[in-house]
Formats: sequence, structure tokens, C-alpha cells
Amino acid sequence: MSKPTGEEIVQFDNVGLRYGTDREVLRNLSFTLFPGSFYFLTGASGAGKTSLLRLLYLAQRPSRGMIRMFGSDAITLPRERLPLLRRRIGVVFQDFRLVSHLSAFDNVALPLRVAGAADRDLRKPVTDMLEWVGLADRMDARPATLSGGEQQRVAIARAVIPRPQMLVADEPTGNVDPEMAVKLLRLFEALNGLGTTVVVATHDVHLLQKVPDSLIMRLNKGQLADPTGALRFPPRRSANPSRHGRPAA
Amino acid sequence: MSPKELLETRITGAMRAVTGTGDPELVPQSRLSGPMPWVIAIMVAMTVIALAAGLALRNTVISAQAGLEGGLTVQIVEARAPERRAQSEAAMQRLESLPAVVGLRLVPKEELDHLIEPWLGSDQGTTSAMPVPIPALIDVQLSGRADEKQIEKVRAALVAVAPAARVDAQSGWLEPVYDAIASLQWLAIALVVLLAMALAAAVLMAARSALGTNRDTIEIVHLLGGTDAQIARVFQRSIGVDAAGGGVVGFALALIVILLLGRRFAGLGAGLVDQGSLGWIDWTLLAMVPLAAALLAMITARVTVMHALRKML
Repeated sequence: MSKPTGEEIVQFDNVGLRYGTDREVLRNLSFTLFPGSFYFLTGASGAGKTSLLRLLYLAQRPSRGMIRMFGSDAITLPRERLPLLRRRIGVVFQDFRLVSHLSAFDNVALPLRVAGAADRDLRKPVTDMLEWVGLADRMDARPATLSGGEQQRVAIARAVIPRPQMLVADEPTGNVDPEMAVKLLRLFEALNGLGTTVVVATHDVHLLQKVPDSLIMRLNKGQLADPTGALRFPPRRSANPSRHGRPAA
Repeated sequence: MSPKELLETRITGAMRAVTGTGDPELVPQSRLSGPMPWVIAIMVAMTVIALAAGLALRNTVISAQAGLEGGLTVQIVEARAPERRAQSEAAMQRLESLPAVVGLRLVPKEELDHLIEPWLGSDQGTTSAMPVPIPALIDVQLSGRADEKQIEKVRAALVAVAPAARVDAQSGWLEPVYDAIASLQWLAIALVVLLAMALAAAVLMAARSALGTNRDTIEIVHLLGGTDAQIARVFQRSIGVDAAGGGVVGFALALIVILLLGRRFAGLGAGLVDQGSLGWIDWTLLAMVPLAAALLAMITARVTVMHALRKML
């Protein structure tokens, strides 16, 4: 087991996951994610990307192994303390998972409201965020009236608006045109530049080249490969001081 | 933060904790639509009517018991009229001398005739060839309660002067009626409890159904960092609104029924029934029913939702 240094944001040690009595969909995962790093999680369909992300955004507990997140043991952490941990994680779901009875504005405002922000403090950040993703004119639209790409942008806006310490995105550019995909990646990079650890699951190899400093975690049949040294412990350090603790590609 | 701002924040926080206002509208709010407000209205109406009946019965018993508590009836059961008269007069004199006796009245013959008229006809006791011997009756009011000990003392005092005297507590005559009324009171209480349980069960089912319908949204809110308490408050508020609306309607319906029934009973002119009118404390209690129903519904919703959420990660 790797010894925690206190610097890591996520640490997996020999983690396995199985649903019910089926075979393990994730096996022997041991890796560390550092603050301010940008990771791509790749792998074929069915490799276990979404299952790994579910562990990362605390939607699932593993069947075995140890997970530490933000310095806490995520396995033994009492349920009532999970919300505080989850508020430090932004999630872009593959199927967007927008709340159908809320407008785009209210969907984006949801994480802030959940965190206790007053209504008067919501207008500006939510409007700015929706403008940034090009949906300023669709603020009052319900998800059902938005296109797939628009829904994805609302989902991304919702994930990044609370300035999470870690952003987990499952195929975030799957439903947008290439131009918007690049724009969204730039948003993730900007967030990453502010110190947010970004984990993007994708099977789009072209996307990997668009973020040159990124690290790649490759999943194959539930096991991780380490093509760019992303999983080394401790990772190689970046020479770029603007990205705290970021390993070099 | 100034003390005033701090106080405002605390008050707002407390209000939010109770009402759920200010929380994001995580699940679609029913806003008095659907069957729930009507179910609650019917429950509240039935509860208010049952409680009103229970309170009226209690008032009847209290009022009747207060009037009869110190009452005794002395009967001079003597077939020969002159002897009966003599014993009655002697008994009156003897009773008057007893310190426990505060009131005394020999029931006039006309009144006795009137009492037995429905059974024996109008002239049985007076003009017929063989008049039916009617016992003489003396109404006695004691200063205290007419218990067995007091009755025994009166008997002992009368035995020498009026050997034909029979002494009975007036409340004793009505004991079976009180017992019946007490049973009805318990029935009313049982009804109120059963209705409260039925209301809780209805809310439980509604909350579970709403949880099932909104499971996906709840999971999203959980993953965004929402707490169980936040989610429970939303359901609590939604069901509270339904319960408050239903409660007002139910109370209004019950009020109409109670007032109509009250007028009917008042029209009977029967002494015992007239004593069962509701006082302001009773009306206050009845007015609390919709509030209690709303509170019960909100607590049930909260407990149900919190219990269900604990099963989710």
C-alpha cells in the first residue's frame, strides 16, 4: 500500500468493484491523483471507465481495497459526512442527468443552492457561466426543450460552477460539435489552471492531443495501464510552477 | 456580522429548518393537486367530528354529575295513604335536622302524577276506584357527595321515624347512562387515534411514492452534495402544504356538520343532551386538529424520507 503524503487528492489502493455476485468490473486499482493535474481516462466501451468514475464521485463504494479522498478514508467515512466531500467534486454525467422540472438556470444554480448560497448571490455567477457555455438565451428553458449538446453544456456548467477541487467528466464532449468540444476543454483547462484536478473519461483519441500536459490513465478490462506515468507514485513533477503539484507528461 | 444580522440569520435558519422554505425545489411540488389534500381533508373532518362528539359527551357527563353528585331520593313506599303522609312529614322533619342536608323538597303530588302519567294514565293515582299507591318522593341535596356512607347515615336517621323510607343516590340511577357515555367517549378517542394512524399511513405511502418517482433527482442532488435533511425538508414542505390545505377544508366541513348537529340536538329539548354544548376550550382543541394533522403529516414525511434516504449512499 502506498503511504499517503497528504498532498494527494485521491488515493486508490488495491481497489476492486463488483456488482452483486458478478465478476469484478474493476480489479486491483492502485493510483494517486494530485491537486492541479489533468487526467484523461481512456479505454474501450465496457472497460470500466464509468464504474471508476462512480467510485471517484462517491456514487459507489468499492467491494474491496482502500480509497482516500481529500485526506479522508472514503470507505469508512460516515454517510452524513459524504455531502461535504461531494461538494468538493464536480461531476459531468455521461447522460447529463439534469433535473427535468428545473430550468437551465436552476439546474446550474443547484450545486450553489445545495451548498447554502442565497438566491441574491446566484444570479451573476450562474448567468456568467451560462453565457460562457453559450446558453445565455436559454436560461429559462427546461432540459426537455434543449438539444443534446445544449443539455451537455448545462451539465458542464453545473459541474464547474461551484469551483470544485476535482472535476470528473464522463464523455463530456460526446454530444457537442468539435468547436464546442475544444471550447469546453479550454474551460476545463482554465479550471485546472486554478488548481482543480480534472479527470475526463473519453474514448476520443483526438481529444487527448488537445491538452498537451494531460496524463493518461488507460483502462483495459477493469485494470489500469499507465502510459504517461499518471499513476506513478510519487509522480514526476512539472517544471511549470503555475500548476501546483502537476506531474510532467 | 452584527448581532442583528446574526439574529436574522439564526431566525431564517430556524425557519428554513422547520418549513423547508429557501431550499431548492428539488422535486416537483404538488401545490394542493392530486388526492393527498383531499385524503387529509376527509381525515381531518372525521377527526374533528369524532373529537367534538367526545368532548360533548364529556361535557354532558361532567354537567350531569355536578348536578346529581349530592342528590338523594327518599321514597316512602307505603300503600296506606295516611300512613304514607305521616311518615313523609316525619322524614322531612328528621332530614331537616341533619347537618349534611342543605336542600329538601317533598315532590308535589301533581308532579308525581305527571311523572307516571305516560305509564299509568292521567287518573290512575287520583280518581280511580282503586288508586295505584304511589310512593311519596323527597328530593334531598347534601352538602357533599352522596356516597354510601352518607346514604347509610340518612337511612339510619330515618329508620325510626319513617320505616318505609328507601334512600337512593340520584347519581346511581344514571350510572348505566354514564357508563354508556364513557364507552362512547373511549370510542371517540379510539377513532381519533385510528384516524391519526390512518393519516400517518396515507402520508407514508404518499412520501414513498414521491420518493420512488423522484429517485433519480434525489440521487443527483445527493451527488451534488445535498444532505438527507435538505431532501427530507423538501418533501416535508410539500406534504405540509398539502396537509395545511386539506386541514383547512376538512375543518370547514366538520364545522358545518357540528353546527348542524348542534342545532338538531338543541331542538330535542332533552336535558341531558343540552348539557353537551362545546365551550371555548373545546373549540380551541378542535381548531388544533388541522394544525396537529399538518404537523403529524410533516413529521411522518420527514421520518419516512430520512429512513429511505439512509438506504442510499
